[in-house]
Amino acid sequence: MALTSTKPYVGVPRDTVANFNGKQIVYTYWEQHLLFSTPYLTVVEPGMRFGDYWENVVKPLMQADPDAAGVNLAEVKWTMGKQDFTPNISATLAENGIVHKAQLCFRTPGVNTLLAAA
Amino acid sequence: MDMKVAKKKLALKEKYKLLTRDLGWEPSYQKKDDIYPYIKYEGIKIHDWDKWEDPFRLTMDSYWKYQAEKERKFYAIIDAHAQNNGHLNITDARYLSALKIFLQAISPGEYAAGKGFARTGREFPGVGTQVACQMQSIDEIRHAQTQIHALSNYNKFYNGFHAFADARDRMWYCTLPRSFFDDAMSSGPFEFMIAIGFSFEYVLTNLLFVPFMSGAAYNGDMATVTFGFSAQSDEARHMTLGLECIKFMLEQDPDNLPIVQNWIDKWFWRGFRLLGVVGTMMDYMLPKRVMSWREAFEIYGIENGGALFNDLARYGIRPPRGWDDAGKALDHMSHQFMLALYQYNFGTAFHTDIPTEEDMAWLDKKYPTTFNKYYRPRWEHIRKLKEAGTPYKNMGLAKLCQTCQIPTVFTEPDDPTQLTIREVDYKGDKYHFCSEGCQHIFENEPEKYIQAVLPMPQLFQAPLSGDLVAWMNWVGLQNGKDNGDYFGSEDQKNFDAWRDLATRNV
Ligand SMILES: [Fe+2]
Ligand SMILES: [Fe+2]
Ligand SMILES: [Zn+2]
Repeated sequence: MALTSTKPYVGVPRDTVANFNGKQIVYTYWEQHLLFSTPYLTVVEPGMRFGDYWENVVKPLMQADPDAAGVNLAEVKWTMGKQDFTPNISATLAENGIVHKAQLCFRTPGVNTLLAAA
Repeated sequence: MDMKVAKKKLALKEKYKLLTRDLGWEPSYQKKDDIYPYIKYEGIKIHDWDKWEDPFRLTMDSYWKYQAEKERKFYAIIDAHAQNNGHLNITDARYLSALKIFLQAISPGEYAAGKGFARTGREFPGVGTQVACQMQSIDEIRHAQTQIHALSNYNKFYNGFHAFADARDRMWYCTLPRSFFDDAMSSGPFEFMIAIGFSFEYVLTNLLFVPFMSGAAYNGDMATVTFGFSAQSDEARHMTLGLECIKFMLEQDPDNLPIVQNWIDKWFWRGFRLLGVVGTMMDYMLPKRVMSWREAFEIYGIENGGALFNDLARYGIRPPRGWDDAGKALDHMSHQFMLALYQYNFGTAFHTDIPTEEDMAWLDKKYPTTFNKYYRPRWEHIRKLKEAGTPYKNMGLAKLCQTCQIPTVFTEPDDPTQLTIREVDYKGDKYHFCSEGCQHIFENEPEKYIQAVLPMPQLFQAPLSGDLVAWMNWVGLQNGKDNGDYFGSEDQKNFDAWRDLATRNV
């Protein structure tokens, strides 16, 4: 049952992509860098190139972490949802299949100054 | 000649019967199902409402008398507190953050509980139940009222108290308790009783009130201690109502067991998430600390809760589904929560601060296996950033849990280096969760939770469309006064200056 109710009931989702004025949410998380308490919530145009998303949106948000300067996009490993993912840097977010509210994670193995090694 | 006969005083039992059970009239021209339309759709089967026990046998007339007495005492003390500048007797104005969170997030929950019990009192057919719900409804409204009155004295002097009602509806961290109560109030009457009467009142109230009120006493806040005492005598009644209700459901029909168990699982987890805020206040916001969140949970959660679930085992109830995950989270959650509050403190209507060396030594003592290993390095780095003149703010706003609405700050139960990432696709959209527990709740009733108004995504939709200044106005947050670091705040300056005037000849 999708809801315990007295009669059939259909909920209205509040955060569908149509509500974001041509933009979409992308969540991006730098694994094992928990100075940032949660994945970044970013609101961007689906036509933005992935390389620009990295350079102009994600990188500025990473700066408080002492490891930020040493991160090289070419060496970063990505997942989207539960799948491994290799972004095409010159393609757009949409062309990369990054849909509204997608969860991206990137790993920089061995680089985690503020975190006790697991 | 008529003789005047002195009216016999009614025995308590007789009076109780007349004033409660005897008021349950049998309808003659309306069907019972039409009068009580909401008691069947949840699937709970009740065969005999008269089996409902009311151990207190309290009648409305004695209830009024008793509560009025408490009100008189309460307002006498609150007046004295105001006249004697009681606000200058607290240990330190850092303590006020705990009060601001209480007023913005918890007191409105009391009011919501009042509304909820008024409704369930109307929806249940049993008279004993109706009367008990009615009294609790009035209690809860009184709790909200006494808390607002007690804390209004602080509002005359300090920032962050003035817009608590707007904060309740609009502040991102207040949607946590709000969604908890909205979820309960939009459930049927039986689920409401499990959510509030049982999980909240019976399993979790002690964790909220005992540490909070002793924290107030330790930190010289007589106003809060007073409303705590005034509410405490009601809580015994509330806890009994919750326990009676659960036993009643389980005794009435064996088919009720799986439904009740599912609600216990859900509401234990929602309550545990909600109380994380209290843990954070205990570990980080009291200048003089009473006990750690872990210690409080060991006593009131694990020992008392464990005994309760042992007792309920004879009905076939097992401990709630999130029980083990909760245990594993104890050494982490207050730190994870507090780090989040600090990095988003441009958006909080209370102040936060970086723990001092002394604070951190205490935290290490209380959390010897985790604090120094995982959390101290982050705090020290944050302190370094502040000292360098580049204080840390996280401008990548927070991803929120679709169920509990908390920023998804929690780590995997067995790996504190990995953030918990959970997502579910439902009807073509993605939904995210802070934990297995919250994902499970969503999957049971997705049509309910897809409607959640999550503050962060809302901020980027019309009419705010990402405008932080407009957002601050809308939530009643005065930038530069209510928010940010405690050190350097107007609250700090004022408190220090006034205390000097009160205690020294300057
Ligand atoms: Fe209450
Ligand atoms: Fe209560
Ligand atoms: Zn959650």
